[in-house]
Amino acid sequence: MTILWFILWSVLKVAVVTVVMLLGVAYTVLLERKLVGRIQNRYGPCRVGPFGLLQPLVDGAKSFMKEDIIPSGVYRPLYLLAPILALGCSLILIGVVPFGDPRVQLHDFAQYCGPWIASLVPRGLYLFQISDVNVGLLVILGVTSIGVYGIALAGWSSNNKYSLLGALRSSAQLVSYELALGLSLVGVVLRAGTLNLRLIVEQQGTRGILSWNLFGGMQFVAFFIYLMAAYAETNRSPFDLPEAESELTGGYHTEYSSMKFAMFFMAEYGNMINVGCVATLLFLGGWTNPFGNLFGTSHNVFVQALLPLFWFVLKVFSFLFLYVWVRGTQPRFRYDQLMNFGWRWLMPLAILNIVATSLWLALR
Amino acid sequence: MHLILFLVFAGLCLAGAINLLLQSHPINSALSLIVVMVSLAVLYLLLGAEFLAAAQVIVYGGAIMVLFTFVVMLLNAGREERTLGSRAARAIGFPAVVAILAVIATVILHAQGLGVARLSDGITSTEELSAVLFTKLLLPFEVTSVLILIAILGAVALARHSEGNADSQGSAERTGEK
Repeated sequence: MTILWFILWSVLKVAVVTVVMLLGVAYTVLLERKLVGRIQNRYGPCRVGPFGLLQPLVDGAKSFMKEDIIPSGVYRPLYLLAPILALGCSLILIGVVPFGDPRVQLHDFAQYCGPWIASLVPRGLYLFQISDVNVGLLVILGVTSIGVYGIALAGWSSNNKYSLLGALRSSAQLVSYELALGLSLVGVVLRAGTLNLRLIVEQQGTRGILSWNLFGGMQFVAFFIYLMAAYAETNRSPFDLPEAESELTGGYHTEYSSMKFAMFFMAEYGNMINVGCVATLLFLGGWTNPFGNLFGTSHNVFVQALLPLFWFVLKVFSFLFLYVWVRGTQPRFRYDQLMNFGWRWLMPLAILNIVATSLWLALR
Repeated sequence: MHLILFLVFAGLCLAGAINLLLQSHPINSALSLIVVMVSLAVLYLLLGAEFLAAAQVIVYGGAIMVLFTFVVMLLNAGREERTLGSRAARAIGFPAVVAILAVIATVILHAQGLGVARLSDGITSTEELSAVLFTKLLLPFEVTSVLILIAILGAVALARHSEGNADSQGSAERTGEK
């Protein structure tokens, strides 16, 4: 495989995945508005396009058209850097996520286009993962922890009390819940014996739903902790204190308008998708079939390639659905409740889970 | 390829470090320090230490520096006033720095058996690292964890102590007002 092919292929993959990710973000917003609408006994957006399906495009156009105001009191370099940092960190994560069967190569499809093209396309160009990193899980944790700066700097550089309070709340919340989040993943890593996301998923794929870490691996406590910490990490309800509208007007993005606000908005929904992807990979068996080999396997190359993609998207979608459901039904926590819950309940529970998992693995 | 990356990130690291000293605003200094930490992580990665690189980003870039910026934001520290420093400090300081650097450099250059690390594609897996860490270096590892535990206990004790003081001060002020 020549290096040129590899670079071209990687750039193409990054471009396609970024576009899909941005579309996913846009339609997650629509999903949330529709679902919350249904929960509150109304229709949600339904005027633009059939069932309101074109609403995200119109929203995007509106954000572009709005006047871009930079208040005079802000600290400009950081004010401009913050939204880029937030969105960048949220879009970069999908780079290590295997979102389909990573063994599928471009070569498999090139054979259908004739032997001449098949001879042109080298082997080793994998389709459904941008980069297969040995420490993929740590990369995800690292990028997530860098993402805090987007929010912190936005709040500080805005030179506004509400923004600063939102940013302070957010940094404290993220630092506190990052511990519980990281510890909840240790159980899974202990079971898998690797930090490579592809290998973690492959170990869960042997017997369908029974070999998922959530059920077969007895990691439901870890999953619960991960779920709670993930809500807090993405600043989502019931832990959306950094942007509590009733207290802080808009929290850290009070002073942002137009496309810069949209970037924070996209970063938040992008993070929701990321968290869903990680939950799917670590607890719900990733791209593997939940029925195992119950219904046999297809020998068609296209079905073999696309079915894992379907399962992965379905699992992430159910996670997003849960996210919106919780947002539509749960009231916001108070700040002291948030901190108590994180430090006094989730942390010890996560440590107990690690001890129990290690004991189980050692005595088995 | 590795050499180019090394030069780029080593340059970034040094630039960040110098910028850290030159900036007069604390938050800019803190951010330069983050640049230093992250480019150091890339250098570790170039040397094949992927776990160390990830840990560097998570622990230093993500946790410790967030606390730094958090404190800067909380205190809302303003710009530092730029002074030239005392003449005595400059007269002693610069030779002292040169002397210390020289001593460290000679010690490292003359030390034997430190092992070699090259810019390469070879990657030390987390398994190998943990095998060494939990067999050969078990005692230092455990002692370090005790050290950290002591630091945590110290922090808690200090926080409690000052809390009690603040309370008594507050009540003293209140009685003073009366």
